[in-house]
Amino acid sequence: MSVSAQAIRHEYLRHNKKFPHVWCPGCGNGIVMAALLRAIYRSQMSKDDIVLASGIGCSGRMPTYLDFNTLHSTHGRALTFATGVKLAKPSLQVVTIMGDGDATAIGGNHFIHAARRNLDLTAIIINNQIYGMTGGQYSPTTPFGARSTTSVYGHIEHAFSIAELAVTAGASFVARSTVYHAQLLDKLIEQAMAKPGFAVVEVLSNCHIQYGRRNKLGGAVDMLQSFKDNSVTVNQAKNLTPEELDGKTTIGVLADRELPISTEEYDRIRQRAGEV
Amino acid sequence: MMSDTNKRQLLQGNEAVAHGALAAGCRFFAGYPITPASEISEVLASWMPKVGGTFVQMEDEIASMGAIIGASLAGVKSMTATSGPGFALMQENLGYACCAEVPCVVVNVMRGGPSTGLPTSPAQGDVQMARWGTHGDHPIVVLAVSSVSDSYTLTVKAFNISEQYRVPVILLSDEVVAHTRECVQLPDPYELRIINRLKPSVPPDWYQPYEGDNRGVPAMAAFGDGYRHHVTGLVHDVQGFPTEKPSEIETFQQRITQKITRGFAQIMMSKGHRINDAEVCIIAYGSVARSAMRAVDEARDQGIKAGLLQLITLFPFPRSHVVPILKQCRAVLVPEMNNGQISREVQRVNQGDCTMVKHNRIDGQFITPDELYTQLLKL
Repeated sequence: MSVSAQAIRHEYLRHNKKFPHVWCPGCGNGIVMAALLRAIYRSQMSKDDIVLASGIGCSGRMPTYLDFNTLHSTHGRALTFATGVKLAKPSLQVVTIMGDGDATAIGGNHFIHAARRNLDLTAIIINNQIYGMTGGQYSPTTPFGARSTTSVYGHIEHAFSIAELAVTAGASFVARSTVYHAQLLDKLIEQAMAKPGFAVVEVLSNCHIQYGRRNKLGGAVDMLQSFKDNSVTVNQAKNLTPEELDGKTTIGVLADRELPISTEEYDRIRQRAGEV
Repeated sequence: MMSDTNKRQLLQGNEAVAHGALAAGCRFFAGYPITPASEISEVLASWMPKVGGTFVQMEDEIASMGAIIGASLAGVKSMTATSGPGFALMQENLGYACCAEVPCVVVNVMRGGPSTGLPTSPAQGDVQMARWGTHGDHPIVVLAVSSVSDSYTLTVKAFNISEQYRVPVILLSDEVVAHTRECVQLPDPYELRIINRLKPSVPPDWYQPYEGDNRGVPAMAAFGDGYRHHVTGLVHDVQGFPTEKPSEIETFQQRITQKITRGFAQIMMSKGHRINDAEVCIIAYGSVARSAMRAVDEARDQGIKAGLLQLITLFPFPRSHVVPILKQCRAVLVPEMNNGQISREVQRVNQGDCTMVKHNRIDGQFITPDELYTQLLKL
């Protein structure tokens, strides 16, 4: 479906919210937000039926700007709030936006259990490999050896692969993209929202201010270029050796499986309990 | 069991809390196992699906608190139940519920602390934590139950206050009340007064989600009602958007405090027992009030003009109920299963009117009528 970006902005950005937003020039968060809006536009869902929940951090501010039922929760807890919303009113389409530290450090426990519980939720995780808002401290996805304000001599811990964590924890649908691959990203988000069950989309994004600068990766454009150069699709990856895949990001759908969904299972529980 | 309200039954305090919640219209419960609160989860795991509600066991108490806030925002009355260590984990999101004014009820069945403490001995050590556990100035209401029948009716009242003032209500129970079985006749649920949150009556375009009415309480739309709005734990303006303007911050802070102040008459509850002509009085709450009542009766039998003021609302501290007793009595005794968490409130409002004597047990043992009777004789 072709539609102008302007029409989408007009439809979904809040008119009563005073802009500008809090993100730095060149930040990948805007690309993710635009992709989310294109996906929602194509899904033709009513704005009244969409709940957008976030945690804390740069990503956490996204719901503020968007004209849905929006919930800016506490750090790492977006999925717990979203779980309550979804279970209380299953007719709502609930999407969470989180960052890498938000979802997999302070919210790591909630993340794996949300995947295991397999509610019909969508989790978009913007992975910029750093805590941006607080000033560039290392996160669970900061690569080994990288510099941050709390790993000034080089990072000595190993990074999580968020998407693989989600697959292992039992999510119904897991996909990965980068902010360079904006067209792929909106398709993946659309698929994730349409998928019954817990659906995760990890988006590799650039924080050239807090991460790129300290690791000599250049500005926003340079970082996008490197996402382009270092990404391989799931199909391409099948024909590559582990050595060839080293340092590459696999993008596309990593898991798509049919599993029992707790909202539907709970309806069966109600019948079994003899709902009065 | 809900349909058996017209007959006498043997119920545990925790079971009564669960049935009180159902009667109040609670249809969402999220919890995490912990002694001595687990029976509340167990009863609701069985009952929620029968009444079209939802029970979910979360991965921890942080998540339980988050889930009940989410469910409440979706328009469903929600509750969680825990004990000290779990209550500590809930403080973060409890603060969120205070800031975003999300109605919900949190039951804390107190056990001995600090830390893992004394599972499972009785204690009342979480009283000040219930008031001040989450950071920042915040409004909150704390009620204390003393019997199985209280556990039912006060759970209903906790929901009513929470809905009416858009404030989290902490229901403090303790191990003695929670696990004691008493013969009770529950009131007919249809005769209970049930209060539901006020919904907006204006069209969605006019809705200001954080503009208080004449009581200072904003009307609350549920997610999915067509009133799309923003909910945040950041200090916000009347539209719900984050603000850093001192004037808007001040307005927000004053309103969330004053909505409770304006409701004092309704929120503050206590029960007097033989206090009209009392010269010495016990001020107690929770299970200790039961021992206190017995001690007062025994003292009266001996010709001592003793009375009991049982505090039902602990916070906001029912100053207007306590001060007249302090003016009337020669001395008051404040027994607690902690080191003096309410006695400091009593002393704060005392202003030298009367002698206040503390009686504290922190050894995991219940305070008996005998020890209180002995204390009364010394006043």
